Amino acid sequence: MPLLDARNVHGGYGGMNILNGVDMAIESDQIGVIVGPNGAGKSTMLKAVFGLLHVSQGEILLRGEPIHNLPPNKLVQKGMGFVPQENNVFPSLTVKENLEMGAFLKPGNVKRMLAQVFEFFPPLREKRHQPAGELSGGQRQMVAMGRALMAEPSLLLLDEPTAGLSPLYMNEIFEQVKLVNSAGVGILMVEQNAKQALGIADKGFVLAAGQNRFTDTGAALLADPDVAKSFLGG
Amino acid sequence: MDTKRADIVAAPSRLPLREMLLFVALLAAVLGVYAVMGGAYSTRMLVEAACYAILALGLTIQWGYAGQFNAGVMGFVALGGFSAMFFSIPINEAFWGSELPGELGRVLLYMVAAILVVLGATRLDRIGVPKRLRTIIAVVLGVVLYLVVINAFRDVTDQIESRAGFIGGLGLPVGVGWIVGGALAGAVGFFIGRVCLGLRSDYLAIATLGIAEIIKAFLKNSDWLTRGTATVSPLPWPVPGPAEVGFTLARAMYLSVTAVMIAVIFFLLSRAYHAPWGRMIRAIRDNELSAAAMGKDINRRRLEIFVLGCILMGIGGAALGSFNSMFDPQGYLPLNHTFLVLVMVILGGPGNNLGTIFGAVAVYIIWIMSEPLALFLMELAVAFGEGAFGWEAPTNMDSRALQARVFVIGLLITLVLRFAPKGLLPEKVKHVA
Amino acid sequence: MNELVFFINNVVIAGSVTGSIYAIGAVGVTLIFSIMRFAHFAHGDMMTFGAFMVLLLASAFPGAGSAFGVPAALVLLPVAMALTALLAVGIDRAFYKPLRAHGVKPIVLVIGSLGVTLMLQGLIRLFSGTGGSSLYVDDRKEIFRLALPFEGVRAPVVITEPQLWLFVITLAAVVGLHFFLTRSRLGKAMRAMSDNPDLAQASGINTNTIVAVTWVIAGGLAAIAGTLLSLDVTFKPDLSFFLLLPIFAAAIVGGVGHPFGAVAGGFVVGFAETLAVFNWSVLLRPFRDSLPEWLTQAGNLAFVGTEYKIVVPFFILVVILVWRPTGIFKGKVI
Repeated sequence: MPLLDARNVHGGYGGMNILNGVDMAIESDQIGVIVGPNGAGKSTMLKAVFGLLHVSQGEILLRGEPIHNLPPNKLVQKGMGFVPQENNVFPSLTVKENLEMGAFLKPGNVKRMLAQVFEFFPPLREKRHQPAGELSGGQRQMVAMGRALMAEPSLLLLDEPTAGLSPLYMNEIFEQVKLVNSAGVGILMVEQNAKQALGIADKGFVLAAGQNRFTDTGAALLADPDVAKSFLGG
Repeated sequence: MDTKRADIVAAPSRLPLREMLLFVALLAAVLGVYAVMGGAYSTRMLVEAACYAILALGLTIQWGYAGQFNAGVMGFVALGGFSAMFFSIPINEAFWGSELPGELGRVLLYMVAAILVVLGATRLDRIGVPKRLRTIIAVVLGVVLYLVVINAFRDVTDQIESRAGFIGGLGLPVGVGWIVGGALAGAVGFFIGRVCLGLRSDYLAIATLGIAEIIKAFLKNSDWLTRGTATVSPLPWPVPGPAEVGFTLARAMYLSVTAVMIAVIFFLLSRAYHAPWGRMIRAIRDNELSAAAMGKDINRRRLEIFVLGCILMGIGGAALGSFNSMFDPQGYLPLNHTFLVLVMVILGGPGNNLGTIFGAVAVYIIWIMSEPLALFLMELAVAFGEGAFGWEAPTNMDSRALQARVFVIGLLITLVLRFAPKGLLPEKVKHVA
Repeated sequence: MNELVFFINNVVIAGSVTGSIYAIGAVGVTLIFSIMRFAHFAHGDMMTFGAFMVLLLASAFPGAGSAFGVPAALVLLPVAMALTALLAVGIDRAFYKPLRAHGVKPIVLVIGSLGVTLMLQGLIRLFSGTGGSSLYVDDRKEIFRLALPFEGVRAPVVITEPQLWLFVITLAAVVGLHFFLTRSRLGKAMRAMSDNPDLAQASGINTNTIVAVTWVIAGGLAAIAGTLLSLDVTFKPDLSFFLLLPIFAAAIVGGVGHPFGAVAGGFVVGFAETLAVFNWSVLLRPFRDSLPEWLTQAGNLAFVGTEYKIVVPFFILVVILVWRPTGIFKGKVI
């Protein structure tokens, strides 16, 4: 049974449909990457999965259980973590407090998970008593991912984790995503850096106008001349 | 967005059935009051309702047009009332015959001079004084000059109080006081608006609440100017008074004056509402962000509408003050002069002038009629209490009945916000694309 | 030296008393502001309600304090705090939550809270009447006169029992709040929600719980402030309206959403008030020989008369809004 199975998802804001039938399935040990042109509905799809958007048609299943239109805090309980693109830390809380907030629903795990998150993101250990608002962009991204991991999710949703970061940090983030995935967390991420992202993807979804255009393994999509021509800039 | 669109499409073709029904009901209520309470009483009620309608129009353009919440209507009303009193009552010879006017003028000159000196000190950095030093100089100068002037001022006002009572009025036509009352209220509104309108809307509410209490405190404690708690009466009317033509006729004439004022204000407001100016105001209210993208004029527009609203409150307050024929600073209460007006506006329909006038008259009738009703209900409760449990009734029934009305007004506000947030006659948003 | 004692009594002690009360009130206002993003105008009446509950309880159990040797009002204060907290949560459920669910602008909540203010005011006065009454139902207000060990000092420093309690309880409340916000899971979640409500929700924090906790704390603090104020003077049902402006000014001076800023702001406003109404000519008296005559002749060198005390917080409010709208500690919301 796939970890996440979205079938024919329709939805949007205030009656305006942005998603017009998206299908998406990833297994529990996979990295899924959503790419596509601006306005294709990439982030919207992620929000629909995390219950931030009303799904008007179709269904989303987490391990076979329908989850569409459940509120976010229920989804966190069911093992989903979400890292928004912007405003993804609590700026006046320290790094450690930020991480603790991620484990709000599982307070018993804090110690163990803190150790694990610091292993994933070593720079955070030394900055743990610093307010998150004072960190650099890349470190904030680490705090944000760490916060989401604190609840021990089985599926982590990342909305453009490398947006606005320098190339150096970008590679680091991609490495860390792979690391997190290898620890057994399924990942669904939206990325602008399509080539690099598809490089680490087990599953790639190319969206356009709120629908799947191409769906295949990351490697296959990278090799497909049609995908390359229309979405990867030659 | 979409529900609003539906309104726009439906509005032009719809018969104004709702409006007609509501106004027929209102007319029936007015006639009912006339039948039961008699002409003189009912006409008085209508005049007061008309004055309140002017206040409510002032609030509806602030809250309904622009989304600015003024929690200090009372202050602007009191300023209007003061102005109406000051300009219209007879000249006090005991004051003008002495050397006190000169003294007062001298102190006022000092005051202006002190303000100019301090303002000058704040500009000292332009001639090379370091900024920090300039600030210190300005603050110290301000404190010292303030103490000097305020002491001189207290001396003069004490003398006025002991020798002449108070400075009396100017003996001018009533209309002058009403216009100046509007101007005074507008000036205070300008000051508050300048400080608060660029910030969160909550700050305006806090500041207006404060300025209203300050205005009241000033009018109450400045015995030299207003006789304070001793009150001033009678105030002249712009039309022949009850002594000359009898209660009903005099009040009817007063009513026609206020009715003409409402008509003029209504006409001008409708013009402005549909003009580009009004559209821009509403655009700012509905979407501050996108309106901010239109240019830097936003705060100016906001200030204009806020001052305009305050001017209307000043004028309405002046008309109300003259009609009461007595200036009593302690008679200005947040309940009667702020919250009652608020209920009129949110119940009638914020942003809809017709709805606001409807709300003003309807709520005022209920308000006036609820007084005997509340007392009656309280007495009923007391009788029941005495009969059932031998409960001893408190002696101050009237004041407790008043408190029951405070509760009801509060409940009404919360209920309207929750169940009829657009009021009985909602603002009609026309398609302007 | 007698002048100095006069200064201590009328400025240092009086300022600390007012400052403490404003501080506790402003903390509640600022917490509500940072979680729900609106200025809670009914806060003054929540304070009055708390004090009124103490009055009712103390009248019912006048002897409650004798076992501990403290006034009954203090022993009953925790009960009143619980009742006020309950009232605050109930008011939120009944009036504010439906408005929030509608997604109204914050200013509509402000108007709603004014409605709540009127309802509370009406209810309290309906039952208590409009006169004042002492919270010392069956106890005696101790007054301590401390003579200073200096020669020629005749006037003692005067401090009353409720004032001492006020300082102790204020300190305890502030320290307690500090530990709650920085050490406890719920306290941290409150700060998180104040930082970023959307992310708090995405982290699985139940925002309804946080809102309820905020009301419980704000209600409890309001009961403390109202009771201590009423102990210091007397219980009057119309206290609240005059408290609102200084409390809001204190919260804004401290930086809205900044609890410890609110404490600082409370003392700034409290001391500003007492300094402004203090008659400075008293302090000039010892130097009367060396000063110019026009200065010593001035009998009253107070900045404002006590009847204009309300001008002081307003002035501070205007100055801070013009000069630094984020407050001295950089609040989150302007």
